[in-house]
Amino acid sequence: MFNRLIKANGRHRRLEGWPFIFTALTALAILTGTIIEFAPLFLVDDSMTAPEGATPWTPLEVAGRDLYIREGCNNCHSQMVRPFRHELERYGNFSTAAETAFESPHLWGSKRTGPDLARLGGKYPHLWHVRHMEDPRSTSPGSIMPDYPWMLTARMDYEYLPSVMSALRTVGLPYSDAEVENAPALARAQAEQIAAEIVEQGGPEGLANKEITALVAFLQRLGVQHSEPLTAAPDQP
Amino acid sequence: MAELTTTAQAGALARPTLEVFRYDDRIVRHFTLATILWGFVGMLVGVIIALQLPFPEANLGPYLSFGRLRPLHTNAVIFAFAGNAIFAAIYYSTQRLCKARMFSDWMSRFHFWGWQGIIVAAAITLPLGLTTSKEYAELEWPIDIAITVVWVVFAVNFFGTLYKRREQHMYVALWFYIATIVTVAVLHLGNSMAVPASWFNSYPIYRGVQDALVQWWYGHNAVAFFLTTPFLGLMYYFLPKAAERPVFSYRLSIIHFWSLVFIYIWAGPHHLNYTAVPEWAATLGMVFSVMLWMPSWGGMINGLFTLRGAWHKLRDSVVLKMFVVGITFYGMSTFEGPMLSVKTVNALSHYTDWNIAHVHSGALGWNGFMTFGMIYWLVPRLWKRELWSQKMANAHFWIGTIGILLYVLAMYTSGITQGLMWRAFDDTGRLLYPDFMETVIQIKPMYWVRLIGGTMYLGGVVLLMVNVWQTIRRAPKDLPDPAVAVPAASSTSAKDIPVA
Repeated sequence: MFNRLIKANGRHRRLEGWPFIFTALTALAILTGTIIEFAPLFLVDDSMTAPEGATPWTPLEVAGRDLYIREGCNNCHSQMVRPFRHELERYGNFSTAAETAFESPHLWGSKRTGPDLARLGGKYPHLWHVRHMEDPRSTSPGSIMPDYPWMLTARMDYEYLPSVMSALRTVGLPYSDAEVENAPALARAQAEQIAAEIVEQGGPEGLANKEITALVAFLQRLGVQHSEPLTAAPDQP
Repeated sequence: MAELTTTAQAGALARPTLEVFRYDDRIVRHFTLATILWGFVGMLVGVIIALQLPFPEANLGPYLSFGRLRPLHTNAVIFAFAGNAIFAAIYYSTQRLCKARMFSDWMSRFHFWGWQGIIVAAAITLPLGLTTSKEYAELEWPIDIAITVVWVVFAVNFFGTLYKRREQHMYVALWFYIATIVTVAVLHLGNSMAVPASWFNSYPIYRGVQDALVQWWYGHNAVAFFLTTPFLGLMYYFLPKAAERPVFSYRLSIIHFWSLVFIYIWAGPHHLNYTAVPEWAATLGMVFSVMLWMPSWGGMINGLFTLRGAWHKLRDSVVLKMFVVGITFYGMSTFEGPMLSVKTVNALSHYTDWNIAHVHSGALGWNGFMTFGMIYWLVPRLWKRELWSQKMANAHFWIGTIGILLYVLAMYTSGITQGLMWRAFDDTGRLLYPDFMETVIQIKPMYWVRLIGGTMYLGGVVLLMVNVWQTIRRAPKDLPDPAVAVPAASSTSAKDIPVA
């Protein structure tokens, strides 16, 4: 039976004369796996529900996240702690589906040229991040990270935020009308606060309207809403 | 030049009525030159970012920092270098296999210039930091739309050529081209769905786990249907040509084509082992990845065994040498891929340079060497002039082979070293290397070795450029499209055969 299909002048030979049927069968072959793999995740989307009490990024954090994407930080830093003891020791609790439910796009990464950042929030003071971005080797001798000194001088334009937050709302983030409309003002207010804290820590003045402040806001946010203690026993590698 | 199927020509001698038409070789020349140019650019950017890793001072300002150049490197090598190479292969071989000129010259030109425009747009926007962040799909939505338009024109042109073909039977290379065109369209549309916030910024309609799964369904199958199936088609056409031997097994080609196409699409979630995707999805991805080993080796076996009784030809043919190394790298990386997808191995290898070694044995070893073999075979035929220097081509072969070996060995060492250090505990049960920096400093020497290997490989491409340039300089000014005569009476128009 199978031999009749593939022998030198078998049925497959006839198929080779029918390009459009051949194409349809090829499409069927690739769509089968696609549909079977995706259907459960898109139909039963409990993994897409954010944990109770979790809130999406503030406008300033959205701006910081855009900078994180612009600079391609995800090329070298993952944000996905795996459930291994050594990763828990090094980074903190393993990442869950629910806590990334707001992430459009996801920033899990595929390479750790630098360490994972999923639990970075609160690990260092703001000023550490400012110095680290200005010159990574000043805070982390031996680091191979590029420096980003221009982030301390480049002005941050918050006026673009409403269109971004509106797009994020369209893809499912629960922002209110007020948050979208007042995004620039909200971002500015949070930036003023962080800039003041940087000065308190002995850092430079006048960073409130600079890119670095938005980035710091985003980095300090990573993982802080999900730092509850372990409830499940991790796998061993 | 003898075609794969010579029966039609043999019949032509006996028949009085001949139909004469011309192949469009100009478009193949265009795509060939674009392949070489973008190959150089993409690999040069690769060498620059390879330098930036052990020597961060080489990050020169915002536009040339690692995070922005790395996507430029991957996009240039995959879509510009390998992309133009597969278009050259498809436009050359499809016309000959179908005994027909391409469906529309206008569409061929549109495809060529449209694709180059997309590459230039990528080369401008990525250093500017305009990126979606999704790996191998970093280009923003207006460019995504342009890609869709160009791909549709390419598809119409290709299927139009199939429709008006004079050879009823579709050779195996064409099956792989069909799978490429259909699947890349599905992947690109599926993965690029996004809501624009401005002309230069958009957010995927998927979030979190869904976005990750869609991304790696796309990412893995970009490897499958942009870097594997079209190159297998290329292999099936150009290898028997260069070896002057028929393909080893027709049956094997049927079995490995359908199993490869069916199984590959499932394998994506192996990129997400131990992450927050559901356990069943990652396991399914792993199981199908392991199954994929056999169809992949079906292709390797069919390629290498095609050389049975012709191995002595390798001595004199740089084309065959390139193909053999390319197919061997295909075999090695398609063994390594399933192995890396196995969870216990993946626990060590994921996030490390082992993956970098793996993708480069695929891209430089398989795609690169297959492309170089094809170019060395095509250039004398397209420009009607012997290759300027066989010696230089041989030097390219050796410097490239040693370069890629140095590259992957350095990255294996670096990846396994770092993976082991991350997970090492001391006797008291604490991390042996709690400071991440220790694991970075340990692998820096390997980054220098990788730079040397990569630079050698790029040096090979420079030799290719010089050789091709010198050949073209000596080529005749007038390069008319080759005319072909086929018997009109025996020609099989598509109308004679049942179509869907």
